[in-house]
Amino acid sequence: MITVGFPELFRLVLPEVIVVAAALAVLSVDLLFMRAAARRTRFAVAAVISCIGCLVAAVQMLMVPQQASVFDGMLVISPQTQMIQIALLVMAMLVILLSIDSTFTPHVGEYLALILFATASMMFLVSSENILLIFISLELLSLSLYILAAFNKQSVRSAEAALKYFIFGGISAAFALFGLSLVYGLSNSTNLTQIAAAIKNPLDPLLFAAIVMVVVGFGFKVAAVPFHFWAPDVYEGAPTSSAALIASSSKVAGFVIFYKVMVIGFAGAEGSGVWRGYVSGWVPVIATIAALSMVLGNLVAISQTSVRRLLAYSAIAHGGYMLLGIVSHTPQSFDALLYYVVTYALTTIGAFGVVAVVEDKIGGDKLSDFAGLSRRAPVLSFCMLIFMLSLAGIPPLAGFFGKFYLFTSVLTAQARTLGLLWLVILAILMSTVSLYYYLQVLKRIYIAPTLDDAGPIRTPIVAQTILCLIAFGVVVLGCAPNILLVWLK
Amino acid sequence: MLAWTIYISFLAVPVLLLPMVSVRASRIIALLTAMAGLGVTLVVFAHQQSGEMMTVTRVAWIPTLGLEYHLAADGISLSLLLLTGIVAVAGILFSWNIEHRAKEFFALYLALIGGVYGVFLSFDLFLLFVFYEIAIIPKYFLIAIWGSTNREYAAMKLALYSFAGSALVLIGLIAAYVVAGAKTMNLVELAQYPFPVHFQMWTFPLVFIGFAVLAGMWPFHTWAPTGHVAAPTAASMLLAGVVMKLGAYGCLRVAMTLFPRGLDAWGFHVLGFGSWRDVFALLAVIGIVYGAMVALVQKDFKFVVGYSSVSHMGFVLLGLMTLSQIGLSGAVLQMFSHGILAGLLFAVVGRMVYDRTHTRDLAALEKMSLYKLIPFAAATFVIASMASIGLPGFSGFVAELQVLMGAWRAFPPYMICAGVGVVIGVAYTWRAMQKAFFGEAEPGSLHTLPPISTPERIGAIMLIAVSLIIGLYPQLLLNLVVPALNSPLFDGLRKGSWQ
Repeated sequence: MITVGFPELFRLVLPEVIVVAAALAVLSVDLLFMRAAARRTRFAVAAVISCIGCLVAAVQMLMVPQQASVFDGMLVISPQTQMIQIALLVMAMLVILLSIDSTFTPHVGEYLALILFATASMMFLVSSENILLIFISLELLSLSLYILAAFNKQSVRSAEAALKYFIFGGISAAFALFGLSLVYGLSNSTNLTQIAAAIKNPLDPLLFAAIVMVVVGFGFKVAAVPFHFWAPDVYEGAPTSSAALIASSSKVAGFVIFYKVMVIGFAGAEGSGVWRGYVSGWVPVIATIAALSMVLGNLVAISQTSVRRLLAYSAIAHGGYMLLGIVSHTPQSFDALLYYVVTYALTTIGAFGVVAVVEDKIGGDKLSDFAGLSRRAPVLSFCMLIFMLSLAGIPPLAGFFGKFYLFTSVLTAQARTLGLLWLVILAILMSTVSLYYYLQVLKRIYIAPTLDDAGPIRTPIVAQTILCLIAFGVVVLGCAPNILLVWLK
Repeated sequence: MLAWTIYISFLAVPVLLLPMVSVRASRIIALLTAMAGLGVTLVVFAHQQSGEMMTVTRVAWIPTLGLEYHLAADGISLSLLLLTGIVAVAGILFSWNIEHRAKEFFALYLALIGGVYGVFLSFDLFLLFVFYEIAIIPKYFLIAIWGSTNREYAAMKLALYSFAGSALVLIGLIAAYVVAGAKTMNLVELAQYPFPVHFQMWTFPLVFIGFAVLAGMWPFHTWAPTGHVAAPTAASMLLAGVVMKLGAYGCLRVAMTLFPRGLDAWGFHVLGFGSWRDVFALLAVIGIVYGAMVALVQKDFKFVVGYSSVSHMGFVLLGLMTLSQIGLSGAVLQMFSHGILAGLLFAVVGRMVYDRTHTRDLAALEKMSLYKLIPFAAATFVIASMASIGLPGFSGFVAELQVLMGAWRAFPPYMICAGVGVVIGVAYTWRAMQKAFFGEAEPGSLHTLPPISTPERIGAIMLIAVSLIIGLYPQLLLNLVVPALNSPLFDGLRKGSWQ
């Protein structure tokens, strides 16, 4: 065990400290000086402070790269985790900037502070290899997200969504905790590497119980079937920026830690998910929920009429593809998973940004509300076109390369026998299905006539700029994926 | 230099969407862009001597995965590039009258053209796939926004069929990439990799069918008639003229080049089939005869042409399956010839007739006696249909003759069936021509129709001239295609069941 003094520890967690300090600053500034100001001004000031905090933290990480593993794996910092943390900070900034025109809540300071707290807990989450700290960060993250989901106090749907999220989340956290405590009992350690080393008998029934319970806990976090029931309601009911945060950076952090726990913590108990070469272990468990997520997510998304619910089911389907990266568990597939989840999260933030504008100006998120949008807001529509096609996996957008890289890395894991081909075939065929419902959205936007003689929509300037930036990013990352690949390595 | 065909087309897309560009200007910009693409191709065509592969651009693109931005052309791709250029120019001439959202129309049209050029030029399979999929989305919008009968259904069907086909292709490509060591997607290098025979036995049909969906192979052809009928004229010209060739080109360039052993005999017989070659040859022949017979009973003029496309594309696939030099060069010639002639037929039906009479019902057209009202359209249709049923002197004749000669050696019974298909082809063409143009007008019901405009005349004459030139001097293309077929790229194919 490597122990370090407090000054050293402070240096290592400085980025997280900056983010938390920014959260406190937002809270106190809003409380002390901005009470009398208009809601819009308050939001703008608070958003600027939050973004500065995130920016400083990100710049600090870029200027002073760290590499350390201290306190029994409680804090494991590598260039890669720092890049993931920077990605999380960028996503938080995008979400905050996109929500800058929202007026649903008088508690501006609290709202943004919670987003920052959630971000800080995600940063801890991705840089820990100790089940104790993993669980604490996970709970901190979940608690922030429950409140964020419930934040629109005037909306019954928001309350219902948050309650569902809370109940499901509480139960699955209990499962995860139980599983982790079994793991501790088996291995007498909380460090993932030492846990793996202590697992002597990979066919121990107790270990299987632990694996299944851990999978339940993390499966909830990444909305994998059959732990997905909260997702459509939360995506639909929560305030848009909360939903965007849940759909994007929480997904990134969830997948990273899911990968680490399974691949590092349960090394030696993989088993095999090869077609007709099944060996029990955690791989077949994940392969099953991956297959279920891909099939159910894509098929149910077809019949949705609300774009938010459609995005929720598409998120479940994408979760299924991403789980394949865990199934194949090679370093290359982790790179592919990271590329996929980061570009997916960016695209989803963009899509939610468009939905937010449409809800604000037209009044709903039904497919019919998007009718004729291309003539009322051409730039907004074009951004949505990019996001939807990227989610469908049409080149040259980021979503296509993500799929290609991920599927390739999955096959490469069993290159000689192509044993995981069945999952890849299922994934590719299911992504064909997905084109149908993404085109349903685009059909409304570009082909359907507007319902009445509605005039042009004025998209708020900040939102428009951010959306264009994200769309540009999706195109650039798709055309030149090496930028991100090298960066995340 | 050839790479500019792609860049020009894509660069024109944002230019066309600029707010200050008027509708009139957008037409001219689109026409100039298409002509520039054709011009570039013609210049290269004039300088190309051998038909051997020549690299245009080759740079590392995604070095982490060994993927390259590799554009190259051999005789086969060059012929199809030429076809794309010609049909693209003609298509814009025939959509000169589009007013509704015209700028977006031309922008999507050129995006489609750019994607098609890209497919024909890519020698890196990842790049090829990227361009192949880029072409899907503009097709969808072109049909769904500017189409006619049942357009949203037809557009979605087309998009999903194309996407499902490309999903099969993607599975095969990823598997091939991984099995070959995940180092390169370069076509030439992968074609030399000795894939295990049992691997080729399942990847070949997968990739072949994936591409053949777009080539209109029976029973995956059903998107084609509905799509062609619903599409606006220029889009039907492109769909039938060029996009279906993407599929056939993919079959030859990817499936047959990468997995030649997939065509070998299985070593056993199921229902009389001894190899995938037998299966696909039969499907091709069914397509020829079935397409022709269905075309014979259509009431809608455009459906006649739509089903005739299925029939004619059957010849391409049959030619590919003959695995002989004459059959394969016939298949490439048929791709070119059908591209020109289907474009012309759709132009007559969709633009010259439908845009004026607003009906495609053969019974209604019969009462109008169109040959008196628009004699130019009647004359064009007569020439185009004579060319497509194989009148010597036109491109259709040399192409189908070569395919049939190849088939005669490879599958004598199928050759006879295909011959029957040609005869039915004469029948449905004759019937459509008779009903649409040479019916007896009811007394007193004389319509007046707007005269055929100059752009239409230029487009029609251009397409007829190309068909005549190739028909009279097929060596112009064969000099490029035959050396390409003899190049080392097809070594694997020639070693197998080559005849």
